[in-house]
Order: sequence, then structure tokens, then C-alpha cells
Amino acid sequence: MHAPDGFLTAATAVSTGVLSAGLLGLAARKASDELDDKQIPLAGLAAAFVFAGQMVNFPVAAGTSGHLLGGALAAILLGPGVGALVVAIVVVVQALVFADGGLTALGYNTLNMAIVPAFGGYAVFTFARKFLPSTAGGVVGATGIAALASVVLSATAFSIEWLFGAAAPVPFDTVFGAMVSVHLLIGIGEAVISAMVVSAVLAARPDLVAGARDLDRVALSSARKIPMRAFVVGALVVSLGVATVVSQFASGDPDGLERVAEDEGFVDTAEDHALGNSVFADYATSGVGNESLSLAIAGAGGTLLTLAVGYGVFRTVSGVPGRRAAHELAG
Amino acid sequence: MGAGHAHRLHVPGDTIVHRMAPEAKIVAAFAFVLAVAVTPRRAVWVFVLHGLLLACWIARAGLRPSLVVKRLAVIAPFVTFAFFLPFLAGGATTEVLGVSLSTEGLWGTWNVLTKSVLGATTSIVLASTTPVADIVRGLERLRVPALVTSVISFMFRYLDLITADLGRMRTAMVARGHDARWLWQVKPIASSAGAMFVRSYERGERVHAAMLARGFDGTMPTLDDRRASPAEWRMAAIVPMLAAVAALGGLLT
Repeated sequence: MHAPDGFLTAATAVSTGVLSAGLLGLAARKASDELDDKQIPLAGLAAAFVFAGQMVNFPVAAGTSGHLLGGALAAILLGPGVGALVVAIVVVVQALVFADGGLTALGYNTLNMAIVPAFGGYAVFTFARKFLPSTAGGVVGATGIAALASVVLSATAFSIEWLFGAAAPVPFDTVFGAMVSVHLLIGIGEAVISAMVVSAVLAARPDLVAGARDLDRVALSSARKIPMRAFVVGALVVSLGVATVVSQFASGDPDGLERVAEDEGFVDTAEDHALGNSVFADYATSGVGNESLSLAIAGAGGTLLTLAVGYGVFRTVSGVPGRRAAHELAG
Repeated sequence: MGAGHAHRLHVPGDTIVHRMAPEAKIVAAFAFVLAVAVTPRRAVWVFVLHGLLLACWIARAGLRPSLVVKRLAVIAPFVTFAFFLPFLAGGATTEVLGVSLSTEGLWGTWNVLTKSVLGATTSIVLASTTPVADIVRGLERLRVPALVTSVISFMFRYLDLITADLGRMRTAMVARGHDARWLWQVKPIASSAGAMFVRSYERGERVHAAMLARGFDGTMPTLDDRRASPAEWRMAAIVPMLAAVAALGGLLT
């Protein structure tokens, strides 16, 4: 998700930059409430933990591996304010020192990788806890749901930014469908690992889980084990179901979201924001000349893209020099 | 506020780029990348000029081109995405090797590829010529909130330690026959990450207690007060200014 420079238009970069800076200012103020004067060393150590956590490879299937993104996890462990701030700092350092993500892309990268997953993930977490028992098991389950949702939310955020400032006139539907279906799969890994990290922390020092502060000793000890395999299979089935629905809605029907956008008057806004380089402007003309062959190529491209991005995330990212250099920090 | 260990990305040297005050260098890097970002995609000659300007920086910093290229691999995943744009984008098409590709999509690929390579190379030059502690100091002088800069320096100070700790846990697991291949076998890894969080947090508490014992009053003391001189600012401004002029030229033509 570390988008490089030039991925979205300069106008999008600036507007998301202003938005991110403002939201992080709020997060910083919230962070001072959550951590009081201990904030500097604790947030620093938490940032180191998130950074190191992103380098922990976990197995996905048949020996391939992925790594943690950590937005929702950080929010649940540290509270949404500190969580967002800490992950944002990690993202900024990755761009500034490790060339991972563009400097002008910092606005949307911090938004997509820190602010949206932390606040969005925490909102889902709070919501999910209302339906789950007030026990350690309930908190762990809600963490899983929140982590999956946080990854999908950040994919959605990216697609929406693409709508306003795309580098090429790829229709929103295609980007949204591809991003969300790929990230549903990534989200399963994120959900499983986040849930188990929270479960381990709850077992050792439940007072450190910000999202479980309301639980008392009795509620914590009545933890029921969650069957791992059932959880993974269940999450996979749900994700594939959602992916099927999303891709149907995204690919086949020419109206769908675009129709909604037109009805709601988004189109004008989109054109204003994209400085005449609007997706819709080009998409309207592109809809005319499309032949079945180019559609087939687009379909195959979408599928390949799904595979490539999945492969990229699961495999390449863990082995590229920038991160390896980070590994070498350990010396 | 040293970062404890010299990090491996820094290439020690005594060139004009290395000696430049960090705050001037950070501003110059941002300004240059901004100039690249606003350059219209079709102004190919402007990108050539940007590339030459960046090459001047690399040459003056005495960085090996092979090192820069190797570190560029970090942008690979998203650039892969860019290569699909010609197949997914709509609009007019161009015939390339018998396949009809979207012209706008091809320009999109070019746009992402050049801008991301130029942007990432700029970050690489910055990180290779500036120790992390200096980058943090530069950010401080640029009035980035003290909360953020202190968190960054604490992060770097303890990152090595935490990574090494995680590595030791991993070695211990592997030594005991842990060879996870599927997602549902992930529990020991997740548990060690959980344990790592508890350890990091408790270390943070101890560090805070130690800081209080040494008279910490909520702000970090600074030892080095040297700021960029006007001459240094002018020196740092040369490349981004030229890039901005080139970008303006591209916008007008």
C-alpha cells in the first residue's frame, strides 16, 4: 500500500495531505489524553513495535508468507488516537528514510495506511463488541473483524482517492473491485494475526489492551478458545462471498456506482478536483469504443492484477532491499 | 538525541551533500519531488532534465549508482500495478506489438514509473547522506511538533533492539521445529509478537521512569544548535529551483 510519487494527481496529494495533517493533529491531541506525560517513550516504543511487527512474516498458504499492516491492531492496543499517530509516524519514516512510499504521496499514504485503518478499524471494533460477549473471547473476535474491515476500508479509501485523482482513466469500478477483492484476502491474514496478538497480550497484561479496559478480572478469565481452523475457513468463505458480490457489482453493470455518483452530483465535484483530468470525462468516451476483445483483456488484466498484487504483497514485499535493509538494522 | 546505532542506510562521506544542514536537505528533497509531481506527464524533456539534476546530486554525494538502483527495488510492487494501466484504462487506443492498448493508460504507466523512480531516488539520496539523528534534528528545526520528532528518535533507538529480540524468538522457534506453512499454524508467531508488544510497552514504562529520575520535564534537551546558514539554504535551493523552472516550462508548453 506504500504508493509512490505520481500515483495520484498533485491536487489529490495536496488535499489528502492537508486532511491527514489536520486529522493527525487531532490524533496527537487525543494521544496526549490517552497517554499523559508518558506519551513520548511509550509511543516511541509502540512505533518501534509496529515497525518491527511489519517485518514479521507469517505463513499464508503452502509456504508463502505475508506481513502485518497493523493499523487496527495498533488502535485496539493503544487507543485510536495513539494508534493512528504511531502508524502515521512509521509511514512517514518509511518514506523519508527507507524510500518506501513517495514523499508527495505521504498525504494519501498516511490517510490510507494509518488514519483510516486506525479510526475506521476502531469504530468497527467498538461496533462489533456490542454484538459479542463482554469477555476476552469477545474482544479477540472483535479484533479479527476490525482488522479485516480496516484493510478493506483502506482499499476503499484508495479507490475513492483514485476516483478524484487517478493517474490514468481506469474506471473506479475496476480499481474498486480489484482493490477490495485483493484486500479481502490480505485482510484474512491481518484478522487472524491481529486477533491472536491481542489474545496473547490479554493473557499476559490485559490492562495494556486499550480496547478491553472495560473488562474486569472475571470477564477476562472466562475466555473461550476460538477454533483457529474454523475461524480461517469461515473468514475465507465470507470474504470470497463478499468478493463475488463486489466484483459482480463492479465489473458487469455500467451504472452501479457511477450512476450513484451522477445522481448525487459527484461528477461535477470530481471534475473540479481532478483539474479537468477526470476519470468520468474519459470513462464516458471510453464506454463507447469498448470492444469485446479489450473487455476480455481488461478482465484478464484484472485477474492478473489480483494475482500480481497478491503475489507482490505476500512475497515480494517481504524480500525487497528496503525492508531487508531495515532487517539489517538489527545487525 | 543519537539514534544509538549508525543505521545501515547511511553511507558515510564528507561531500557537499553530506555536510549540508539536514533541514535544508529535507526541504530541498520535498521541493524537488513536488516539482517532479506537478510536471505534466507528456513533457518528456522535463523529466530528462529532472533526471539529470538528480544525477548531479548523486554524483556530488559520491553514491554508487548500483546502490541506488538496488534500493529502488522497494517501489517494485506498486510499479507492477502501473504496468496494468494500459490494459485497464479506457479512451483512445494504440497498437503495440499487435495488442491494442489504451493511450492514456500507457501515459499513466510512464507517469507513475518516472515520478516514482525520481521520488524514491530523492529519498534514497537523502537517507544515504544524512544519519537518522540528523534527519530528526532537521525535522525539529522545521517546527515538526516535538511529540513527533521524539517519537521518531525513540523508535529508531529501540527498533534494532526489538527486531533483534523478535529474531531471537524466531530462531528459538525454528530450533524447536516450528515450520509454519499455513495461516492456521500462525499462533506461535502471533504469540511472540504479543509478547513483544508487552515487552516493548514495559520497556517504555521503565524508560519513562529512568527519564523522570534524570529530571525529564516533558521536553527533550537539544545539544546541537547549529542551524542552516543563508548560504546553505541557497546551495540547497539550486536543484529544486532548476527543477521548478523546468516543471514550469513543461506546464506552459
